[in-house]
Amino acid sequence: MAQITLAKGLNMGMRKAMEADPKVLIMGEDVGKLGGVFRVTDGLQKDFGEDRVIDTPLAEAGILGTAIGMALRGYRPVCEIQFDGFVYPAFDQIVAQLAKMHARALGHVKLPVVVRIPFGGGIGAVEHHSESPEGYFMHTAGLRVVACSNPIDAYWMIQQAIASDDPVIFLEPKRRYWEKAELDESIEPDPLHSARVLRPGAHATLVAYGPMVKVCMDAATAAEDEGRELEVIDLRSLSPLDIDTICESVRKTGRLVVVHEAPVFGGPGAEVAARVSEKCFYSLESPVLRVGGLHAPYPPSRVEEEFLPDLDRVLDAVDRALAY
Amino acid sequence: MTADRTAGSGKRRSTRSAAEDSPSMPVEPTGSDPAFIQLLTPAGERVDHPDYSVDLTAEQLRGFYRDLVLVRRIDAEATALQRQGELGIWASLLGQEAAQVGSGRALGPDDYVFPTYREHGVAWCRDVNPLNLLGLFRGVNNGGWDPNEKNFHLYTIVIGAQTLHATGYAMGVQRDGSDAAVIAYFGDGAASQGDVNESFVWASVFNAPVVFFCQNNQWAISEPIEKQTRIPLYQRANGFGFPGIRVDGNDVLAVYAVTQEALRNAREGNGPTLIEAYTYRMGAHTTSDDPTRYRIASEVEAWQQKDPIERLRSYLLATDQADQAFLDEIEAESDQIAAELRKGCLEMPDPSPLSMFEHVYAESHPLVDEERAAFGAYLDSFEHAKEA
Repeated sequence: MAQITLAKGLNMGMRKAMEADPKVLIMGEDVGKLGGVFRVTDGLQKDFGEDRVIDTPLAEAGILGTAIGMALRGYRPVCEIQFDGFVYPAFDQIVAQLAKMHARALGHVKLPVVVRIPFGGGIGAVEHHSESPEGYFMHTAGLRVVACSNPIDAYWMIQQAIASDDPVIFLEPKRRYWEKAELDESIEPDPLHSARVLRPGAHATLVAYGPMVKVCMDAATAAEDEGRELEVIDLRSLSPLDIDTICESVRKTGRLVVVHEAPVFGGPGAEVAARVSEKCFYSLESPVLRVGGLHAPYPPSRVEEEFLPDLDRVLDAVDRALAY
Repeated sequence: MTADRTAGSGKRRSTRSAAEDSPSMPVEPTGSDPAFIQLLTPAGERVDHPDYSVDLTAEQLRGFYRDLVLVRRIDAEATALQRQGELGIWASLLGQEAAQVGSGRALGPDDYVFPTYREHGVAWCRDVNPLNLLGLFRGVNNGGWDPNEKNFHLYTIVIGAQTLHATGYAMGVQRDGSDAAVIAYFGDGAASQGDVNESFVWASVFNAPVVFFCQNNQWAISEPIEKQTRIPLYQRANGFGFPGIRVDGNDVLAVYAVTQEALRNAREGNGPTLIEAYTYRMGAHTTSDDPTRYRIASEVEAWQQKDPIERLRSYLLATDQADQAFLDEIEAESDQIAAELRKGCLEMPDPSPLSMFEHVYAESHPLVDEERAAFGAYLDSFEHAKEA
């Protein structure tokens, strides 16, 4: 068994997909010799060549638009958007072109394009490098949206995303790139779009994905001291949303707090809250609460810790949920 | 900030129109200019060009004529169908027939087309059933045909987006070691789009086998070409590092010759070419548009003198390569095709409401399944109410 980082898990997963299928390509800015600014594609160009690991011109719409064309020709491009805040120039190509083309062609063409986006804050970065744009994409029919939270999921989920015949927005928690875990390849991965209960608990449920999973796990550990058992669910997939796993937990705990870095208003937590209130209204002992980013532009890094949900803000929400 | 750039300094350039001060404005090209490729004058006179020539049999020339006439007739029928409420909207190609037929007929069977929403003439050359084109405009689908059946991609409405798809497709062709070429259609308005300029960068840097075919029809809805560029569009290619050519877009022979050459260059690994087919949108932007609000009748009349069909007809008759019987035969055929199109259009069924859920994803998606079931049950509740 090998200790791997989340970045390494992604790297190994892509390597495996490229070995298995010569149609898999990597495209993006600095993904070749440099191995990406986070080194996620490290060594791939050396081993697979410049035709399969393509250093592109610096234009995100161009990356996505040409990836669509390659997919139409039978390739399976894996695009890297260097940072979350740089995905917007590609918005039309993702939302109006990529997401709709399979339907517009009445199923005659498939668009197996993966869009990797390092997302979220917490690394002290300059403006536009710390955003959480997932809400825009989960709102769009035709896209699948997933977020890994740990090295093992990173390894498997990127392979599953590449194998999917649909476009997948693949969110990578950049502040967790260097966290480590043991990879045991003999353990079968869960299906790509399933949520996972990471920790059982009876008093309240915490739902998170990507970088906030660790925060919620830490919160659950801290709550233990106060005699509170918190169940933690790693959502893993935002579209489709594994609402059944959440509802099953809520039926047990009666209380739900959804945590993400994305701003609360109109965010993924709103969708979870609405669906839970529809599907298990009578199991709820308190309103579904949300902890997330504020309705303000992502702040300068010196105050980002205030903007981002942390252990205290999560436990504060748990307190409020339990006070009902 | 320097003092002379502050507001109110009286030195703002934006108030000056391009027409007032630009020495390199897109000027009206003439046939005698070798930078404007023309092989058949508006009067139907065959002229030579130092770099481009065509050697077509009488049968091929008659084939071009047939294409031009049928495509115009199909277009006219579609416009009529819109006026009668059978189509929601139609984007007419009137005036652009030669640009489309000339380029469309230059394509080889393995070549791949990425059209805008106005390439009805190219679709005809690719043997796409004209009825398929109506689906989008009638509102029964959003494209609907299998792009790989005739190597003709779906119509793209977001201006210029398809040029990147074409370039990516060409990069795939390159990786396959195939000798196919790709052609991306777009217009003068699209030339301002980021996607188009990015596709030029990509194609140039990767030496992609793609031909950029710009139909400069002078108008982007109400905006004249001067609102898009201060230099002739074909010259833009220079800055991207590949050749740009301006061709008389109403001359089917010249368009054919120029496109063939550009496709050959792409196939032989010489990279992209930008072709500016200089033409004119004789009709409105779409059936929803009213061009009398922004352009003068004399401009349209001047372009009528350069009609793409008239000049080929004159040439064919003057050189005895066609006779009146042939022209009549094509006329009759065009009426027959129009009648079939009309019949097919009227018979096009509306899609079922639940078809909205089809092909949203290639693989199953629980939310789509759930909404389809719920919406189906909701619709069924009305049926039950009727039965009760």
